[in-house]
Amino acid sequence: MKKIGVLAFHGDVVEHIEVTKKAAKNLRLDIEVIPVRTKNSLRNLNALIIPGGESTTLHKLCQRENMWEDMKRIKNIFGTCAGTIMLAKTIHHKTLDQETLELMDIEIDRNAYGRQTESFEKNIKTSLGRMHAVFIRAPKIKKAGKDVKILARSEREIIACEQKTGDNYYLATCFHPELTSTMFHEYFIKKIYQI
Amino acid sequence: MHNQLGRNLAQMLKGGVIMDVVTAEHARIAEKTGAVAVMALERVPADIRAAGGVARMSDPTKIKEIQNAVTIPVMAKCRIGHFVEAQVLEVLEVDFIDESEVLTPADEEFHIDKTKFKAPFVCGCRDLGEALRRIAEGAAMIRTKGEAGSGNIVEAIRHIRAVKSGIEELKKLLQTKNIKKLKEKAKEYKVPYELILKTAQLGRLPVVNFAAGGIATPADAALCMQLGVDGVFVGSGIFKSSDPAKMARAIVDATAHFNDSGKIAKASENLGEAMKGQEISLLETKMAER
Repeated sequence: MKKIGVLAFHGDVVEHIEVTKKAAKNLRLDIEVIPVRTKNSLRNLNALIIPGGESTTLHKLCQRENMWEDMKRIKNIFGTCAGTIMLAKTIHHKTLDQETLELMDIEIDRNAYGRQTESFEKNIKTSLGRMHAVFIRAPKIKKAGKDVKILARSEREIIACEQKTGDNYYLATCFHPELTSTMFHEYFIKKIYQI
Repeated sequence: MHNQLGRNLAQMLKGGVIMDVVTAEHARIAEKTGAVAVMALERVPADIRAAGGVARMSDPTKIKEIQNAVTIPVMAKCRIGHFVEAQVLEVLEVDFIDESEVLTPADEEFHIDKTKFKAPFVCGCRDLGEALRRIAEGAAMIRTKGEAGSGNIVEAIRHIRAVKSGIEELKKLLQTKNIKKLKEKAKEYKVPYELILKTAQLGRLPVVNFAAGGIATPADAALCMQLGVDGVFVGSGIFKSSDPAKMARAIVDATAHFNDSGKIAKASENLGEAMKGQEISLLETKMAER
């Protein structure tokens, strides 16, 4: 049985856990989904999901638990919103001491649409299919390297992408698929199982 | 229900600490220590108590300074029923408006009709009926009132438990299919039956619910979390302690690890003095009753 962890310090953790379980059920796979708050619970994970929340806060709590380097070694990581910021190589509008995992060759701009009154939802087309997407104080992916495959755009902005580096696989969205659909979680699980 | 996007933002704040800040410098300390958002106000509740007089919305200059100082969401308070203060806060693009009993109420009969706003609202409650009335008016997030500026957790705990027992009651009524009683509850609480039914089905409030009012230590924050709230607001507890940065970080750690007593113990070490705190029965003004 494969084991997927959801970084659980803060953010929409429960939503990710529930939707991951639902996605596994849809695929008829037996998967263990656990909340991750310590270095120990990162052990033996097949994959990690980094939820929506505040990337500055998530970064600090990971650092305080001394999890940073171990997180970088996880083979499959899926980030949504704040999680995507954490995966990016470069961030704009970061706080003074903010670092990222630097695993995906993307350049990201935090809070790029503005404050909460600029948050929005819309129907989008992705290479996985159509879906309703929710953008909350969302980041923008400004640039993507040649190894990054774009999965969705909205008004020319890249809003979902993936990258395979050797044996490692990373998936990132600027919106919150966990709030509206199992599609991206099913896709991620299939990548873990290589089906 | 109103303001889905606001309710979604509240979901992203879950498990986090929202800190009251008075200056840009405070806001930077809050962000640095791991706050998920800050609440901009002119004085922390303990100082509002001490100063007396009418407490109003902050000066917009102050709010803008704080917005410019940090990248995390910035919330701000308006007086209960004062929809023009709320309009001003919306123009300033605050991320959440707190219609707050900490300020002097402007309207003793009506709360703000929150469905008229694009900016989301958070409102205080002492029990389930009050929480559901605010949600029916359009609140996208709820917090217990507790007793702000008291440094005493007892009222927050009372309110968390009252909301919980109210929900348990609705759940039981639904399980026994006592629709008549559920409809009576809707009347008693003065809210639509659909909202009662939804709460009973979910077994929780249909929006995110934080604790507020009296949290002064890491253990206070973890206590609220273990009782089932989604996160915490800390008002005077941080910037009225002897070492605010240390206290802020400790409360963030204890909230993130609220089920790990070893970590809470470690977070509680060497914090210097917590805010002084007061016996509730000796308070001149009970803000929660507003």
